[in-house]
Amino acid sequence: MKILVPIKRVVDPYTKVRPLGDGSGLDTEGAKFEINPFDEIAVEEAVRLREKHGSVEIVAVSIGTSASEEQLRKALAMGADKAILIESDLAFDTLDIANELSVIAKEIRPDLIIMGKQATDDDSNQVGQMLAAKLDWPQATYASKIEVTGGSVDVTRETDDGDETLRLATPCVLTTDLRLNEPRYIGLPGIIKARSKPLEKRTPSQSPNPKTRYTLFQAPPAREAGRKLSGVSELVAVLKERGAL
Amino acid sequence: MSKLLLVAFSASEAPLGVGFAKALGFPFDILCFGEAPSADLGAELIKVVAITELPPADAIARIIAGQANGYTTLASASSMHAKDAMARVAGVLDAAMVTDVVEVVSPTEFKRPIVAGSVLATVEVLASPLVATFRPSAFRSTNRSGNSPVETLTVDLTSKVERISHSKRGGARPDLSQARVVVSGGRPLKDASTFETIIGGLADALGGAAGATRAAVDSGIAANELQVGQTGKIVAPNLYIAAGISGSTQHMAGIKDSKIIVAINKDADAPIFEFADYGIVADLFDAVPELTRLVKS
Ligand SMILES: Cc1cc2nc3c(=O)[nH]c(=O)nc-3n(C[C@H](O)[C@H](O)[C@H](O)COP(=O)(O)OP(=O)(O)OC[C@H]3O[C@@H](n4cnc5c(N)ncnc54)[C@H](O)[C@@H]3O)c2cc1C
Ligand SMILES: Nc1ncnc2c1ncn2[C@@H]1O[C@H](COP(=O)(O)O)[C@@H](O)[C@H]1O
Repeated sequence: MKILVPIKRVVDPYTKVRPLGDGSGLDTEGAKFEINPFDEIAVEEAVRLREKHGSVEIVAVSIGTSASEEQLRKALAMGADKAILIESDLAFDTLDIANELSVIAKEIRPDLIIMGKQATDDDSNQVGQMLAAKLDWPQATYASKIEVTGGSVDVTRETDDGDETLRLATPCVLTTDLRLNEPRYIGLPGIIKARSKPLEKRTPSQSPNPKTRYTLFQAPPAREAGRKLSGVSELVAVLKERGAL
Repeated sequence: MSKLLLVAFSASEAPLGVGFAKALGFPFDILCFGEAPSADLGAELIKVVAITELPPADAIARIIAGQANGYTTLASASSMHAKDAMARVAGVLDAAMVTDVVEVVSPTEFKRPIVAGSVLATVEVLASPLVATFRPSAFRSTNRSGNSPVETLTVDLTSKVERISHSKRGGARPDLSQARVVVSGGRPLKDASTFETIIGGLADALGGAAGATRAAVDSGIAANELQVGQTGKIVAPNLYIAAGISGSTQHMAGIKDSKIIVAINKDADAPIFEFADYGIVADLFDAVPELTRLVKS
């Protein structure tokens, strides 16, 4: 079995990010960058599938600047066999990313693509579904459990009002929810050891042709801190006064 | 001429799009899955896909994409099934997509929250058609008039995916994303039955929905679909009560548009007090049952 795991380099989700003063971008000076948490879960799931089923080849792929090599190294340290960096300084929108990933998927011909349900920087929640459409493969988004049996995959996924289990034939695209698994800890020695694994750099298959473009970044309207109340009876009085009870 | 196709995944979702359609300023049709929605929403035409259960995303996306001709924008209220299907529609149509619109600046410029709501970004759309999801709480609209004709579509529901089980929870409480009151609990709620008694008890007394943090969901205290935040549900009730919740960026991303936020936390320095309109520094195991009693009496 072959699994392709697309990963994105994102600003550490525990860092507070603000817009630059002139609104032209995000102030990430000094911030740490990580594998998108959902993608780290995808790598972990792929590694667990190998631990369970044996003979699984895992290829991690990222589209981004040379800095994304760091995140691909981490994926290799977690257990990916091979990494591909599609290196570019240009702006790709979600559709461009899906296009680029579909080219790689057609070349590598994975049985499964496991990827994040959303990138924690743009919060788009689009690329997996777009990629599945471009490949005309079935999809199961927001997976909280993945079981592979023979030529099919059972995926338990979250819906708006509960859970459902879908059975998909391979090849298919799965996107991960936070509760799918808890990624293993990889220390620096593991990352250094992974330096001997292959990381191939390429240029994009075509230049991006974004159909959406970010033009302004602003601070959201601030919520002011209110006041502390003496206790529950004062709260009830205040809420009644405001017509909320 | 510019035109909007408002996609509703159930009849009750259809009215949620009226405010967005107004903000966009385009005439619109509704494509509704399930039963026909009320005819007074102001649509030029209502197209109905008469089904009792939504098929998997590949089939829904094919049906929606098949109706796309003639529309400048295809949009639906943000929800998990909307994001699942609409992004696939964008893939099928090779179309631009914007998720979670909270403001229409112009028909080609939209504002949306990014990085867990820490930043409000303006996105310019450079191609047509556009596929979008919008947060209904940002586009409230009440006045309704009109009497739209209804057309029932014959569609192909085949999917490459087989649904082998579906558990619908929910129960008697209102839908979290639509509720006017939400009571949420965090990690200190210990276990599912404590959560149900304490948080569920107050929610029921207020006729509201129960919500939870990811920490509570992860430790099995609350059901998955109750998670509120960046990666869970977005809520915008009149009253949000957070008990035993620290106020992480990811949780706050889901509750920012609530009208009144009340925090009950025993740590006076908990970050949630920086956002809450009213705070009580107290043990939730005392304060919440007391509040429930006072509300009931
Ligand atoms: C990519 C990513 C996405 C995430 N998405 C979400 C999301 O969508 N939603 C979400 O909620 N989280 C999300 N998180 C997790 C988030 O970062 C926090 O870890 C989580 O919200 C913390 O939950 P909590 O407030 O219940 O727990 P804690 O942070 O542990 O806070 C518990 C609070 O309860 C108080 N307390 C303890 N005992 C009592 C008592 N007896 N009475 C009163 N107060 C008490 C404590 O003082 C503390 O402030 C995400 C994280 C990541 C990395
Ligand atoms: N630049 C990228 N390189 C590789 N994968 C990406 C990239 N951007 C997004 N993805 C994948 O698409 C998923 C969803 O991202 P998004 O639709 O942007 O929220 C991520 O979790 C990644 O798996």
